[in-house]
Order: sequence, then structure tokens, then C-alpha cells
Amino acid sequence: MPQAIIIADAKDMPVVDGKANKGQPLNFQDMILTLHHFWADNGCVILQPYDLEMGAGTFHTATTLRALGPDPWNAAFVQPCRRPTDGRYGENPNRLQHYYQYQVILKPSPQNIQQLYLDSLVAIGIDPLLHDIRFVEDDWESPTLGAWGLGWEVWCDGMEVTQFTYFQQMGGFDCKPVAGELTYGLERLAMYIQGVDSVYDLDFGGAGVTYGDVFLENEKQMSTWNFEVADTETLFDLFKKATAECENCLDAKLPIPAYEQAVKASHIFNLLQARGVISVQERQKYMGDVRDLAKGSCEAWMEKNGWGEIAGAGEAA
Amino acid sequence: MTDFLLELRSEEIPARMQAKARGDLEKLFGAQLSEAGLKAESITVYSTPRRLALIAKNLPDATEAVSEEAKGPPEGAPDQAVDGFCRKQGVTRDDLEVRDVKGRPTWFAVINRPGRATREVLAEAIPAIIRAFPWPKSQRWGEASISTESLRWVRPLSGIIALFGGEVVDMEIDGIKAGRETMGHRFMGQPSGVSQTVRAEPVELRTDRSETLRQAQGERPVILIDGVDDYAAKLRDAYVIIDHDERANIIRDGAAKAASDAGLSLVEDEGLVVENAGLTEWPVPLLGRFDESFLDVPEEVIQLSARSHQKYFVCTSPLPQAGGAGGGPEKVGKPTPNPSRKREGNLANAFVCTANLEASDGGKAVVEGNQKVLAARLSDAKFFWELDQKTPLAKHAKKLENIVFHEKLGTVADKVERVAKLARWLCEEGIVKSSPQVGEVAARSADGGGPDKEAPTPNPSPQGGGAILSKEKLADLAERAAKLCKADLVTEMVGEFPDLQGLMGGYYAEKEGLPQEVAGAIRDHYKPVGQGDEVPTAPVTVAVSLADKLDTISTLFASNNRPTGSKDPFALRRAAIGVASIVQINELRLSLIDAICQIIGDFDRAVTSAPADHSDRRGLKGQGDGSKNNPFVLYSVVETRSSVLAFFADRLKVQQKEAGVRHDLIDAVFALGGEDDLVRLLARVKALQSFMDSDDGANLLAGYKRAANILKQAGIESSPPVGEVAARSADGGGLDNEAPTPNPSPQGGGEPEEKALLSALDAAEPKAAIAIEAEKFEDAMSALASLRGAVDAFFDNVMVNDEDEAKRNFRLGLLARFRDAVHAVADFSKIEG
Repeated sequence: MPQAIIIADAKDMPVVDGKANKGQPLNFQDMILTLHHFWADNGCVILQPYDLEMGAGTFHTATTLRALGPDPWNAAFVQPCRRPTDGRYGENPNRLQHYYQYQVILKPSPQNIQQLYLDSLVAIGIDPLLHDIRFVEDDWESPTLGAWGLGWEVWCDGMEVTQFTYFQQMGGFDCKPVAGELTYGLERLAMYIQGVDSVYDLDFGGAGVTYGDVFLENEKQMSTWNFEVADTETLFDLFKKATAECENCLDAKLPIPAYEQAVKASHIFNLLQARGVISVQERQKYMGDVRDLAKGSCEAWMEKNGWGEIAGAGEAA
Repeated sequence: MTDFLLELRSEEIPARMQAKARGDLEKLFGAQLSEAGLKAESITVYSTPRRLALIAKNLPDATEAVSEEAKGPPEGAPDQAVDGFCRKQGVTRDDLEVRDVKGRPTWFAVINRPGRATREVLAEAIPAIIRAFPWPKSQRWGEASISTESLRWVRPLSGIIALFGGEVVDMEIDGIKAGRETMGHRFMGQPSGVSQTVRAEPVELRTDRSETLRQAQGERPVILIDGVDDYAAKLRDAYVIIDHDERANIIRDGAAKAASDAGLSLVEDEGLVVENAGLTEWPVPLLGRFDESFLDVPEEVIQLSARSHQKYFVCTSPLPQAGGAGGGPEKVGKPTPNPSRKREGNLANAFVCTANLEASDGGKAVVEGNQKVLAARLSDAKFFWELDQKTPLAKHAKKLENIVFHEKLGTVADKVERVAKLARWLCEEGIVKSSPQVGEVAARSADGGGPDKEAPTPNPSPQGGGAILSKEKLADLAERAAKLCKADLVTEMVGEFPDLQGLMGGYYAEKEGLPQEVAGAIRDHYKPVGQGDEVPTAPVTVAVSLADKLDTISTLFASNNRPTGSKDPFALRRAAIGVASIVQINELRLSLIDAICQIIGDFDRAVTSAPADHSDRRGLKGQGDGSKNNPFVLYSVVETRSSVLAFFADRLKVQQKEAGVRHDLIDAVFALGGEDDLVRLLARVKALQSFMDSDDGANLLAGYKRAANILKQAGIESSPPVGEVAARSADGGGLDNEAPTPNPSPQGGGEPEEKALLSALDAAEPKAAIAIEAEKFEDAMSALASLRGAVDAFFDNVMVNDEDEAKRNFRLGLLARFRDAVHAVADFSKIEG
């Protein structure tokens, strides 16, 4: 019979000040620190979050822009995600308008990427002989970014804990080479590991502070603002301005500032959605606008780096 | 004779793609063999999430040697010609020999192709199969993906076993060399029983590829396969069941057992069995529970949450006893489940998930985790269920103004308005009547196969058998139901589970206290969905369902969104069969043309927003063309009408095919023109069919064909439209018809057979006409049958093409009258045989 993994074996653990070794589950911040150590040990640069509101870690330039072009790139970072329409005024134990993703991007995708990922789960305390870990088909597509990839959602006992994607295209360009992207849902994983039913009950740092202590009030206020208060005229105006500024940057051949404006426009669009002022017909148009900005930025990025013309094999390697 | 084993190992293959992949592998392999002239005694294919495997038994060790000869130019031909021949055959001049062809020395090339070792054939075939593999979606990966030309597979391909008689076939594709190594279960497949541990030393990502590979597998024992015989067994030892069917059996039986061990029964679901077999290498069904309070949510919602998101089976508990002693959940006041789902007992607060391992704690943690996930999903569903009910359906329906039905046809709210009007019209015209048209039982479309005898409404008191409603009341209910029938599309629940459209609307209508008839109509108005689905019979439901489908068909036809070939994006064919089924089962007397005019007329006015114009409306009702001002309508009303009718004729042929109704007979009746009442049309077709099956019918058809041929040769073409023919001749022998045929006058007919046919026609024509008027089609057929003897005798004894012009004309006239009499019933020229 297979045996359980003994997580408490200190010498096998990345150094996280030993807390996880007492058979106690990792708290939220230790889980992040553990992942940082794990991926740093595996050759990733550990980045800090991008300082813009964005809907997913994929929007971080370390993912979007770095997925383009031939250069190898291995990075890991936490990215706060804003999903205004998912706000529940702090009343739903699982849904938040602001939460964290842990993102790893490995380019080109290493041969042992699945095993590395599974090892990272073991590192944060999930025993694959005790829990049912599965790779279930889930292809990814972001029309906004002109991007798609094939991959899975990773299940742990039926719960989706990670998105695992092999990027095939980004900004309308073939990924050469292909990057592997791992997106961990940190709160979900933490709830699972800590065995709590509400995100607000998560042990944040092991010193009596819960996730609710840190974020509950934010959720309440931000939900109210997202759904009820945000001035829609201002938002429409901001959208227009971000669009114009993006084009301004593109004219100046500055893809990174242009991309930032595209990300801003995307978030403002999400806020307008939450305010319920965009009709179904208009929705398509706005999404098309954002897509054009993002794709334009990617094109400019390719051009700036001299990759626009990469035709095929080897040439750029 | 030697066996061959192929295993293509990869990262997890989507479950839904595995069955087709097995078929494709078998097909491609077979094609490669036969191209080489090889044949295996048997080929078997297997799949798990992480591998495709193929076993070919008793392959020859080599292909047969072949000797071919090719005839070239004659000896002494110019060098150019001989060299050209050599090039073409791939030989040199030395390989040529001279032979005698009819006394002439001629060059021959003799090409001996030795047999090839099967091993070599396989070494070429495997890469060819991999490159040609038709995955629905495939990807690139890894360092090689710097080129878009790099190898593609469904997910990264990680290893290949290719063993011919225990020897590795020497092949390589994109750096992957065939070998005899495989991996067991991702987590349990460690024969030593020691699980992998986290490596203390980090793996370098940027190292040489093979080095990375070695490190990645450093602690994972590799399984070495000798050949076909030990493959399945060694994998089984490593917790992999290679045979997908065996895994399906384990899941099917294990899930049923898990349920029965808990005193419950499993709701069988073969689709889930297969899907779970495609998600596991070592399936272990486990039973979990959820909180009973979730059973307040409609069970379809629970089942969908469990099934579509989580791939769980659901269970039922035995029907609660009268005293509730069974401990089953309290179900009083709850609507009975959707009658389309057959099962015994009520949904229980339990589910069965299929784990992919025998967990070290016996599955306790796995079950706990899955319970949590389902609980979170169900609390979301419960949240939607409660939230949606806070807004009345009428208010939800307002939001339909923001949803486009079709870019040319306005919003869903516009459609709902049209449907409501048509539903009202169907009731007011008496087409849909209050009394149950057929009975309380929901019939099944087409074959009437299923013994489904449940009431079509959720209410225990069968609505079909309820009080007879006044026409006005029925019209009010139908209009009301139609106005609300799409409201659930904007509810949270249907947003989450689109499959629940209609059903949720029905539940919310009940909760709101709307009349049962309205709730039932909202719930069932999408029915029937395809052949074999229930056909509504409750009058309000019938009106709404019919109106909805007729509106969809007519407006999409008018705006040029007709089905073409295999493309039918709006499922208009299904809608038309739905209309036909509803009309037939309920025996509705509906003029399709009238209904289409109702819709297109309204539709024209609505989209042009032209001021109501009564003259225009009259025009629409008749044959006028109200579309001239409408930029969206690409076809005139007249054109739309006739193309919709032709579309229905086609659909009817498809629908009736299973019922054994001959398509040529449907054509024969449709060809009469003007028949747009499907009930009458089918009655006529059926009478015609039984007539054609009789001797009388067959002989009459033969007589008809003979007459039609003679008339054709004489240049007397088709007769005037039917109906009139019979009426015209019904005046008791007055033979002054104005048809472009010779006038058979009594003085011309001296022969007894002529007289007999004439009087037979005189007798039969009015009888047939009266019978058709009264829709007694069998009687019309017997009236025609009465002509048979006279017609046969006429052909036996009378020469039509007599030299005497008067006689000839009279006889041709008689035949023309006979043909016309037959056409009064059906256009026999369309009948085959």
C-alpha cells in the first residue's frame, strides 16, 4: 500500500521558518512565502505585483509581454485581481471582488513542468496520496488579449485550485517558444489547506490576524462603490481617455506605457459592467476596443524588439 | 508472425477526446499496414488519460517480395527515349533486358522489390501516424516550439513504447525515441510503496533537456515492458488499468454499490461513466453527502451542479412512506420532478464521485474535500434560486429588451411580443381549444415509443383534464404565459445553467403563484426538443410552444437565415418537426399560411415602425406584399410563405419516414398545392398509402401511368388544378368542360367499354369530390377504385389512337377526364413504382 507523504520532514521542506513542520497547516502568508521559495529555487525570478488594477495575473507584463518573443523567461509573482462584478459585499464565503492569484510563467515550458507543479503542491502541504489531484481539460482563451492556449484546471478533491496553460498565441502572435503558465487560486488553496469554510476565517499570518481582519471592510466598501456609487460619467470619460492615451503611446512607439493604458481601459470597462450601464450590444463594442488596444500594444512590443518578422525555426534561437 | 505494442504517453488527454482518438489510432495504423501490404490478425486499442495504446497481434515479419516489370521502348529506339524510360523506372541501362514482343525486340525493366522487414515499416509508420493524428485541438510545447513547425499533440507527448516482438522499434520523433519504458499511476505507481518526496535540490530549468528529464524522473521508478504479454499486467501492478471498458465497469458497478451500501439508488448516467473512465487510471467511486437543506433547490439544479461541474453521480432515496417514516427529506408542497426524467424515489442528499486513487486514509479526505466543493456550488445555486425569486418574472422580462434575438430581428422582447400575439390568435381562432385535444397524457413524438404516462404538468391535478376554459380565458392565459416564457433567460440560475431554460421559469412562476397553466406553459414551451421528446398537450402550453416555433421559423426565413446543407444554426429544422409533432398529436387544424401571415405581417410593422395601415394589413392577410418598405426582410411575404411551406413538406418527409410514410406520397399530395393543413394533409397521405398498398391502388396507378403516357404522346399535357375538375364534372354527365382536351361527347363513344368508363367516371367524380370535401379520404380512394374495372376493360378492348379523328379525340378526352379525376385526390405522377 502506498504511504502518506510526511510533510513534517524538515529537511525536505523549503525554509519557511519551520512553522509548517509541526503538522500544522500553512497560514496564508507562509503559503505565499513557500511558493516563492519553491519557485525561486527552481530558477524563477520572484517579482512583486504589478501596480495596476487588473482582472487576472495574466495581464501582468511579466506574463503577457514576456510570453512573446524567443527569450527564455521564468518568473513567479503574486498578483491581486479585481473582478468588480464578483463582489458580494463580504457576504459570500467564496466570492470576492479583490483576491490574489499566484502566477508562474516558464518559457519555454520545461519538460517536467507538471512534476514541478505537483512538487509545489506538496511543498504547501497537499499530499497527493491522500488527496485526489487531477488534470481536467480546460482550454484558455482571452479574446481581450488575442490569446489562447491548451491546458487544464487542476482539481484537488474536485476543487479547482490551479489553471495550467500552455500558451499558443498571445496578442494574435504565435508563441515561439510556448510558455507554460500556472495560476494558483491562493485563497481557495489556503481555505483547503486550512480547512475553513469562509475565506474571511483564513489565518493570515499565524498571529491571530484573519483574512477578514485584513479585507472584509474593503470588500464591503468596494462592493458598494463598484455596484452603486462609482460615477459612470467619470468612468466613461476615463475609458475614453485611457483609449486615447494608449493610442498616443502607440504613436510614440512605447509599447509598455501603451499596454498599461490598455489594462486601465479593461478595468474601467469591468467597472462599467458592474454598474450595469453597458448594454449587451455595447458590450461587444467595448470589448473590441480593449482588444484592439491590447493587440496594438503587443504588436508594438514585437516590433520594438525586432521580433515582428520572425518567420520560423531556429532563426531567433 | 509477431506481436506489436505501441504506447503513446502524454500529459492528460481530455476525456471527451479519448474514444475518437482510439478509433483514429486504429484506423491510421491499419492504413499504414495495408499501404505496406501487411495485415495484423487483430488490432486492439486502449486509452487512459495519460496514454494511447495499441496492440497488433500476429503481424508478418516482413512484407512480401515483389517483382515488377515494365515495358519500355523497342530496341534501337533513340537514346533519349531509353534514358527517359530508365529515369522513370529508377533503373540504369544495365538493368534492362530485351524481350520479344510480337516479333519485335523490346526493352524491359525488371524491378525486384525485396520484402521489407516489418520493423522498418513500423519505424516509418509510427512517426507518420503521430504527425497525421487528427486531434480536435493540438498544441506545441517546450524548446522545440521556437518553431511553429514543431511537433503537435493534444498535450505534450512524453514517451513512446514501440515493441515488435519484444524488440524496440528504432524510431524517433522530435527528440522522443521509442523505448520500453513507461510510467505507472501518477501518484501510486511506485512499486516500492515509497512516494516521491520533495527534492531537496532544486531542478535547474535551463539545463540540457535530457538532464532535466533524468532529474524529473530521478525518484520515479520506470516500468520496463517486455512486450504485448506483460504490458497490461505490469501497468496494473503500478495502479493503471489500461482498458477503458474495464474502468467504466468498475465505475458503473462501484458507484451503484456505493449508493446501495448507503441504502440509496444511483441515478444511472452512462455519459458520466465514460467521462470518469477518461479521467482516471485507477477509478475509485466514493459516496459523499451534502446538507439536506439544499434539497429545497430544484433537483434538476442539484443534479446539474453535481454533474456538469463536478462529474458526480446523484442518488435517490426510496419513496417516503405516508408517515414519512423513511426519514427521507420533507417534500411536501414541492412540485413533482420533471416528468422527462425517469427515476424512482426522490433525490437524496448524497453523491458519488470517482477518485483516481486509493487514498492512504481510505478516501476520507477525498470525500471531505469533494463534499466541501459541492456544498459551495450548491450554496451558490441556492443563492441564485432565492435571489431570482425576489424579482417577479414580469420584471425579469423587461430586461429582455436588452438582449438581441437576432441582429435583423430585434430583441428577445420583440420576439416575445410577437409570440404572445400569435399565441392569443391561435386560441381566439379556435385552433387551440381548451378541452384537451388528445388526453391528459403527454404523447411522444414520432414513434410513440416510450411508456411515459406521467402528467405533463408539475401539478398533481392534471391540467389537461381540468375545467374547460372559455376561449377568451384560454387566450388570456396563453398570452400571459407567452409574455413570461423567456423571462428566465435573464435570471442568475439560467445564466449559470443555460440548460435549465424554461424549467426555471416554470418553477419561478409556481413560486410566484401564477396559474398552473401558465407555469406549465413556461416550463414546457421549448418542447419537443428533437424526436422522442415529449410533445405538449396542455392547451396553453400548446399555444405558446407552437407560437414560439412558428415565429422563429417565419422570421428567420423572412430575413434569409434559412438552413443550408448541414448548416442550421438556429435549429429551424428541429423547430419545424416540433410544430409538425404538436399539430399532429393534438390534431390541430391550423392553416400554416394563415399563421405565417400573422407573424410576418406583425413583424413587418414592428421593424419598420410604420403607422398601422389597414389596407396593408388586408394585403398581408391575402397575397399582398407588405415587405416592400422593410429593409430587413429580404423576401416578400409571398415568397417566404411558399418557401416555409416547402420547408415543412421536407421536414414532414423526414419526420414521417420513421413512421413508414412514403415520401413520394407526401409529394403527391403537396403537389396539389394549397394544402397547408398538416393534419388534413397527413390523413390524405395515409389514406393514399393504404390505397396504394391494395391491388386496386396498384392497378389504378398502372392505368393512370398508361393514360398519362398516351396523353403525353398526344401532346395533351397536364390538367387544370384539381378540385375544380371534380366539381366541374359533377353536373351529371354534362361534358362541356373547358379543359384543353378533346370533348368526349356521347355520340363518339360507340364501344361498350367507352360507355362503361364514361358512366363510371360520372359516378366516381362526384363521390370523390364529396368525400374530399368531407375529408373522408378513404371514401375518395374507394370512389377512385371503382374506376379500376372500367379502365382496365377500356385498355384491353379499345384502341385509343383510332384512325377516325372523332373517335380518337373522344377516347383521349375520356383518358384526360380519368387523369383529372385521379388528380382530384393526389398527383399520381409523383408516385413511384
